[in-house]
Amino acid sequence: MTRRAGWSFVSPAVTAIAVVLIVPVLAALALSFTDFDLYGVADRHNVRFIGLANYRHLLATPLFWSALGNTAFFVAVGAPLSIAVSLGAALLLDGRLVRARGAFRTALFAPVVTTVVAVAVIWRDLFHTRYGFLNYVLGGLGVHPIDWLGDPHWSMPAMIVFAVWKNFGYNMIIFIAGLQSIPGELYEAARIDGAGRVARFRHITLPALAPTLLLVTILTMVGYFQLFAEPYVMTRGGPAQSTTSVLYFMYEEGFKWWNLGYASAVAFVLFAIMLAGTLLQLALARRWSRA
Amino acid sequence: MIRAAVIACVLLACHADDAAVTVRLWAMGPEGEVVGTLVADFERAHPGVHVEVQQLPWTSAHEKLLTAFVGDATPDVTALGNTWLPELAELGALAPLDAEIARSSVIAPADYFPGVWDINRLDDHVFGVPWYVDTRLVFYRTDLFAAAGFARVPTSWPDWLAALRAIKHQVGAARFAILLPVDEFEQLLALALQQDEPLIRDGRWGNFESAGFRRALTFYLQLFAEQLAPVVTDVQVSNPWDELARGYFACFLHGPWSIGELRRRLPAAQQALWSTAPLPGPNGPGASIAGGTSFVVFRRAAHPREAWQLIEYLSRPDVERRFYALTGDLPPRRSAWADPELTGDAQVAAFRDQLERVKRTPPVPEWERIATEMRTVSERAARRVSPATTPGELAAIVDDAARELDARVDQMLDKRRWILDRREAAR
Repeated sequence: MTRRAGWSFVSPAVTAIAVVLIVPVLAALALSFTDFDLYGVADRHNVRFIGLANYRHLLATPLFWSALGNTAFFVAVGAPLSIAVSLGAALLLDGRLVRARGAFRTALFAPVVTTVVAVAVIWRDLFHTRYGFLNYVLGGLGVHPIDWLGDPHWSMPAMIVFAVWKNFGYNMIIFIAGLQSIPGELYEAARIDGAGRVARFRHITLPALAPTLLLVTILTMVGYFQLFAEPYVMTRGGPAQSTTSVLYFMYEEGFKWWNLGYASAVAFVLFAIMLAGTLLQLALARRWSRA
Repeated sequence: MIRAAVIACVLLACHADDAAVTVRLWAMGPEGEVVGTLVADFERAHPGVHVEVQQLPWTSAHEKLLTAFVGDATPDVTALGNTWLPELAELGALAPLDAEIARSSVIAPADYFPGVWDINRLDDHVFGVPWYVDTRLVFYRTDLFAAAGFARVPTSWPDWLAALRAIKHQVGAARFAILLPVDEFEQLLALALQQDEPLIRDGRWGNFESAGFRRALTFYLQLFAEQLAPVVTDVQVSNPWDELARGYFACFLHGPWSIGELRRRLPAAQQALWSTAPLPGPNGPGASIAGGTSFVVFRRAAHPREAWQLIEYLSRPDVERRFYALTGDLPPRRSAWADPELTGDAQVAAFRDQLERVKRTPPVPEWERIATEMRTVSERAARRVSPATTPGELAAIVDDAARELDARVDQMLDKRRWILDRREAAR
């Protein structure tokens, strides 16, 4: 009786989840085994069941691998850098001696709430080879102008600089909350025992922040894997496809070329990669906390 | 209850309009804003017909058209970008207009520029009527060409190349003779369309290894190899008009909209320093891309007859001239060009000449994708060449690019070949 009542209470939520999440995901999975494309839109008889051919074709597509490489580079460099900057900013703002803490916190958080498209246009000007502010500053230091968005070697670093600037404020807030929950007595006790700044950071701050750090790492990694808006607005995946991410690749296949079957296959491969990455992080975190 | 309310609303709406016919027109971009003023006159001439104009931004128009087709919500008539026509015709979304055109006293196919009229012909049917045209030709700095000893842009590739070299010699290392953004395909496409061989064979296979395409690609890459053109992307030179004024380059290949941009952006003192010229060809005046927008009627249109009347009205030479005055978009018919405002304008007149020599892009639904692939491959090739590249190395780079392009395009057309085979077997 109570069991049935329980089910009836959760059924609206379960139905909603099934309709908006599970059914579409299964439909997309089914789609990824077909060659559904524009011809399929015209006439359903033009759709063929092709088994794993989309996946095989995907794995044989050089652009997919370079997109994966670009995304991996973005995640591997951008995510740790972003976390380090967030943590650094949080530590600075958490210091007892900081004045106008609220103002700084707001200012550093501001990029997070701006629109990517709007600030990307501004950054495009900052990155400009001949008129950009960044090269003007570097020129003052004696560095030759860098073709940030035009040179395939510099375009991804430019994306990372932009993304870190845009996103670090969010993690910074989470870190500040984490830092404030560390009892001050621990630091006092450590100081009495003669622990220096670095030792206090390593043995008190980091362990106490570990759960926060894990959460932030997973969120950041998942977020950075979904690199899309930055290249979409700033470079359209160029130059020479050096900023084409997996998601951008999927968008072009699905919504530009209407190869929906193939794009679904890309989506599932990306999902598998992100799931594997998250599981790996959880396993590492478990081992780390046990040690 | 809700249903009753809806029915009541519908009845009231009908009553209010007094059995008037409402033609739904979708128009993209800035033209969508302007067409309203023309439509008002049409409504005055056709009492009982009301035109409902919906504006779509170009960026989302393609998606919207496809979803409207799937959701059975297409309008009566729309102005369609020319590269999308084969795709929507393939979907069976468009109504053939042959009978209407044959009967029409307003729309005379022979009056249209042949290359422009050709765009809407597919499988022996005509699916659209051109509204305005777009092609690419040379915008150039008259003073920079004159300083290098050229009174105007030469008409053949060898002479053009000589002029560009002379300009580069004058302006030095930091400035260039021509702008060809490496992430745009239009420039190379225009050169490739000048060749005799088609880019797609039988609508089934890529034909990029043909001598013609390789000739075009060689010429294109030579401009980068000799540093006559900078290796820059469209994003880096997002404002080519001001850069032309500053002399960063002496010419670039653009469409009619740049006339308006240059007139708006450049100071009065510089207005006499730029002009336009037809695109040079391999051995004399060459072809360029036939682009633009055409009116189409949807197969599921509720009021095809009134939609056709609207197309006829907007295609009248006098209405096209008014449309030109409002937007700067060039008319597709010769009779509309017989106007001193167009022919007397030296910066516009080159387009009249060029429009007699425009060619359409291959009419396959995959074309946009193929053009993007062409851009990817040519961009990579442009980044591989330098003044140190020998003619032999250049030929090898061209061969590589052509081979890769054919392989990729053949794979893209795989589904199309299957569809065509099946269709032929069914016949």
